[in-house]
Amino acid sequence: MSPTDADTRRMPLAAALEVLAELRGDRDVVVTTMGAAREWIRRRPHPLDFHYVPSTMSGGVPLALGLALAQPDREVTVLSGDGSLLMSLGALVTIADSGAANLTVAVIGNGVYEITGGQRIAGTGVDFAAVARACGFSNVARFSELDDFRARAKDVLSRPGPRLLELKVEPVREDYALVPPGPMQHRLERFRRALADSS
Amino acid sequence: MFSGREIADAISRLGYSHVVWVPDSVLGPWEAALEAAANFRLLRVCREGEAWPLAAGLQIGGKRPLVMMQCTGLFESGDALRNVLFDLALPITAIVGYRSYLAADSPDTARKFARPILDAWGIDYRLVATEDEKPQLASYLAECLRTGRPGVVLLAEGGT
Repeated sequence: MSPTDADTRRMPLAAALEVLAELRGDRDVVVTTMGAAREWIRRRPHPLDFHYVPSTMSGGVPLALGLALAQPDREVTVLSGDGSLLMSLGALVTIADSGAANLTVAVIGNGVYEITGGQRIAGTGVDFAAVARACGFSNVARFSELDDFRARAKDVLSRPGPRLLELKVEPVREDYALVPPGPMQHRLERFRRALADSS
Repeated sequence: MFSGREIADAISRLGYSHVVWVPDSVLGPWEAALEAAANFRLLRVCREGEAWPLAAGLQIGGKRPLVMMQCTGLFESGDALRNVLFDLALPITAIVGYRSYLAADSPDTARKFARPILDAWGIDYRLVATEDEKPQLASYLAECLRTGRPGVVLLAEGGT
């Protein structure tokens, strides 16, 4: 497959997230932000979901790193938009420097600022997997076809981290608004309780 | 004003688990002591805006992080700070180098804006500017930790 093919093929977001959800362990933490949060919230709730809404843009990845370092005996996955990650690409270096082997960064690569209505991000051709590898990630992969992702995801996620999965997905053109899923303090309390209950 | 050993000992006594930092020329000489400390881990971030959500994740996960940066980094990381201290309401504490405070005639704008910005954000702070005030660094942070509220130690620095 040529790079051009890979850049034009895209997966449905909900189907790509379903692959991650099916491979999730009971004790695994999932941190969501922005458009990925909207789609993940529509799924069956899990007590170890942390919907980082409201957030600081680009903050989801470092917040997930903090959780991964604080909870080294469980896996932490963060669903980050490509626009969010571009705002703080250095966070990939921070992750690699930290040595967090239990962290997976899943980049939702839709090429747009979806949460604000679909404006194009700068640098739609960025190869985040290659960037992550250059930053020191031990395990990276880039997926643009659903069958390929389904076939290889388990293997990629079973290798030591930090991992970065770049998921080339179709933008959501309608119904892109994100409704905060309840007061943050209540959600934080529930999440902390879930961490304690599953320790 | 402080040696690396003094700071590392204070951080250990206060029970911090991690220091999340971007150094400046005053904080930077503490690196070896912070790195060598047995009771906490030094975490390096690439820009100050990462420091607050990283500290938030640590705090949510049950750890006790301390953020360290220069006041210029405080300016840079404003939105992250806003989110972590106010939206998430996490009691994160920090040591912030107050650039040029000790240079009374300095035209450095970092000197001009540090305290007004903390005031505007409604963040409590304690200025430590003299040898006599050194004990306030640990006592202020201890009070923040005891009461579960955020706070900043503004550590006076010389000119740029």
